[in-house]
Amino acid sequence: MNNIIIELSKYFIILCIAFYALNGFIVFRYKTHEDQRGFYVMQNIFMVMIHAAGFAVLVLEGRDVSMVTFYCVTQLVIIAFVILYRVIYPASQPLIVNNMCMLLTISLVILARLSYSKCQKQFVIAAAGMVLALVIPFLMKFSHLVFMHLTWLWALAGVFVLGVVFVLGRATYGSKLSFTLKGITFQPSEAVKLLFVFFVAAMFAKSTTLKQIIITSVFAMAHIGILALSKDLGSALIFFVVYVFMLYVATRKLYWLLAGMILGAVSAVAGYRLFAHVRTRFIAWKDPFSVIDGQGYQITQSLFAIGTGGWFGMGLGQGTPNKIPVVEADFIFSAISEELGCLFGLCIILICISNFLMFLNIAIKQSDLFYRLVALGMAVIYGFQMFLTIGGVTKFIPLTGVTLPLVSYGGTSVLVTIIMFSVIQGIYCDNG
Amino acid sequence: MENKKNSDISIYIVMFIFVALFLAMMGYFAYYVQFSSPDDINNSYNPRQEKLAAKVIRGAILSSDRKPLACTELTPDGREIRRYPYGGIFAHVVGYSTKGRYGIESIANISLLTSNADISERISNEMADQKSIGDNIISTLDIELQKCAYETMGIYKGSIMVAEPKTGRILAMVSSPGFDPGTIDQQWDELNEMTTSPLMNRTTQGLYPPGSTFKMITLLEYFRENKNPEEYSFNCNGRFTAEDVTINCFHGSVHGKLDLKKSFAKSCNSSFANIGYGLKSNAFRSTAKDLLFNEELPIKLSHKMSSFTLEKSSDTEEKLHTAIGQGKTLVTPLHMNLITQAIANKGMLEKPCLIDRIENYKGVVIKQYHTEDEKRLMTSEEADFLTEYMEAVITEGTGSKLMSEDYYVAGKTGSAEYGQVKGDSHSWFTGFARDESGDKCIAVTVLVEGAGTGSDYAVPMAKRIFDCYYR
Ligand SMILES: [Zn+2]
Repeated sequence: MNNIIIELSKYFIILCIAFYALNGFIVFRYKTHEDQRGFYVMQNIFMVMIHAAGFAVLVLEGRDVSMVTFYCVTQLVIIAFVILYRVIYPASQPLIVNNMCMLLTISLVILARLSYSKCQKQFVIAAAGMVLALVIPFLMKFSHLVFMHLTWLWALAGVFVLGVVFVLGRATYGSKLSFTLKGITFQPSEAVKLLFVFFVAAMFAKSTTLKQIIITSVFAMAHIGILALSKDLGSALIFFVVYVFMLYVATRKLYWLLAGMILGAVSAVAGYRLFAHVRTRFIAWKDPFSVIDGQGYQITQSLFAIGTGGWFGMGLGQGTPNKIPVVEADFIFSAISEELGCLFGLCIILICISNFLMFLNIAIKQSDLFYRLVALGMAVIYGFQMFLTIGGVTKFIPLTGVTLPLVSYGGTSVLVTIIMFSVIQGIYCDNG
Repeated sequence: MENKKNSDISIYIVMFIFVALFLAMMGYFAYYVQFSSPDDINNSYNPRQEKLAAKVIRGAILSSDRKPLACTELTPDGREIRRYPYGGIFAHVVGYSTKGRYGIESIANISLLTSNADISERISNEMADQKSIGDNIISTLDIELQKCAYETMGIYKGSIMVAEPKTGRILAMVSSPGFDPGTIDQQWDELNEMTTSPLMNRTTQGLYPPGSTFKMITLLEYFRENKNPEEYSFNCNGRFTAEDVTINCFHGSVHGKLDLKKSFAKSCNSSFANIGYGLKSNAFRSTAKDLLFNEELPIKLSHKMSSFTLEKSSDTEEKLHTAIGQGKTLVTPLHMNLITQAIANKGMLEKPCLIDRIENYKGVVIKQYHTEDEKRLMTSEEADFLTEYMEAVITEGTGSKLMSEDYYVAGKTGSAEYGQVKGDSHSWFTGFARDESGDKCIAVTVLVEGAGTGSDYAVPMAKRIFDCYYR
């Protein structure tokens, strides 16, 4: 009997996520929130069903019984968040709220399966993030004031924080800089990303003269340089890409985009020539099976997980995702593909794409250049980070050690992403 | 303000770039899951294979004419038993799956444990907690040839490999002594303790001195360095001496006046030591590399790399011994067969193929493997040259027993001395045969351990294989 439920739930969960993702694209066809309302409610229902089915399977498989309570609490918090958000901000964008909650739900289910204790930690931080999310859209009214006037402060703060961490911090898994305070690990580069977007947006909103561009570029290079020196290649790449695209949209001159791409290509080649750790990653990407004992171990285990899971997955709790190093963080997508199936994985990509398109949609509608650039910057950070992590674990591109926003384990990452979503909501509520 | 907004396409360009990236990534991901991952996950580093076995009844391995070589049967009490209807005949090449994995059972493990039955059937099986039936592997193995090779080898120790040079299909692969895979669980400890290593596939993992068969490679190197082979001549008085190193002809033969072709056909050691003395070691090494010495062979069966150690700094003794296939050179019969196949196929080595296709248990083809060029080992001019000389081995040399009405053979015999006792030698033959039309072509490599001269043991065995195939 249990077996039937566990097997059925595998296909049920895939169906739910597929319908959820589908609804996320259907809404783009309707203009007003009233017409879209029905689809959003359906999304919420699918979301709850995945949450419930996921935890039901874990409990039936004989894991920790306290998961029943944990499920009830997490479910209530997420439902409460969706309702409260709608009450407090009636003009908010429901798709963004739904997608955020959907990705958090997936994260809870897969983390509970991989490591129950990490899942609980993650939930506490996500809950705190949700409280922030209820306040931030309101605070966005003051963002003009804060960032347009104190622009330099934020740039200096960003460089300062990265610099301090560079000196004091230590690298975990050879790349990401972090420091630990009272048992909680912070990754400042995640938070500085947001400040950086605000800073660049404010600078270009003031003016896009060549002088202003040069000054801003110098500061951007300072951020990127520190990150590259501290071997956090993924973050350095994200800062670089977001800066190039913001510069392009601010000036609307295609040559900036082309110049950025050429500079990026040249730096990639230079990085390959100069740094051994860059070459290592490249080799592990080119032919991971030839170095399966060493640098290729992570990526080959990830590919085994994806390949063995196949389209429909092994079933939640039925695979061996814990064989992949840092599976909860950088390789969460492989664990999801192994157990919930690659179809489920494709649906996650679709949900992320729908977020990205919605962010850009909001950016397009902004007549205020500052808001426009902030929304664009957030969209690019989000989309590019998703591309780096999923592309990396599927061997589409070399691994950069980046997390999947909202899904991967990691307090700073989840908090920063929730703030990012809230900032977009704030912009949308004000000028939707 | 409105106007400015409408004319601005920059954000749409950003959108376009990223959506293109996302779609490319999704396409790659889907392609990987559907087409590339089955090969990748069949890897001993993948800890997930056991999980699949719990959900699927292992599929069968069939011969090229669809007779089962390995299949899983259910006992009345529901246990699964792996049966091998041909006993020890296919032992090494089909392999086993209960004590670790070996042979096709190993290289096709994931496919055998994957069910591509109808999706509805698989789902209903999963619901009912029943195992689905795994896919079948249709191999390229030919039962008649394999049987013939197995019986030909008989009580001798050694290896026989038969393959089609034009397609790379492996038709038969025998290693002796062997074992019965059906009873391997009971005999495991005993088999492991035996000094004759019955569990090892000598064809792929046995490293032997190549003896005179290596003269094919020396000849190729000579042809590469000297474009006028007709001008070569040598007077054999039974030995060749250079710098205190003396090479004798086999069994004290004295061959007299020889041209290059006679030297090869009669397998004159003195003449080939003379040739080897004049060769450039560096160039010889790069020719050996072209022929896949010191390299992984393009086959998934576990195998050993052949070794060729001659280099610029080597002394005269190693140089002369290498030229006649003694020295430190070691080859596997598989490798010798691949080189022979390339010669038969105008210099091009086709990718060795042991699995023709994968079918689901109802016979629907899931994946068909096709002939693929693997690597050009030599030019077609060089291959023609070697073929002409190898034909002379049959018509006027050591392989005369292979003269036949039904087929034309080109090949090389060899007697590889090993160990300290003078006269102990492995008997080699490697060569290929064609019928009148040239359509039916097979390459056969025979190695008999410690038997004596190639022409006495390996050649008659090869003849039985050719007779069986062209009958
Ligand atoms: Zn002689």
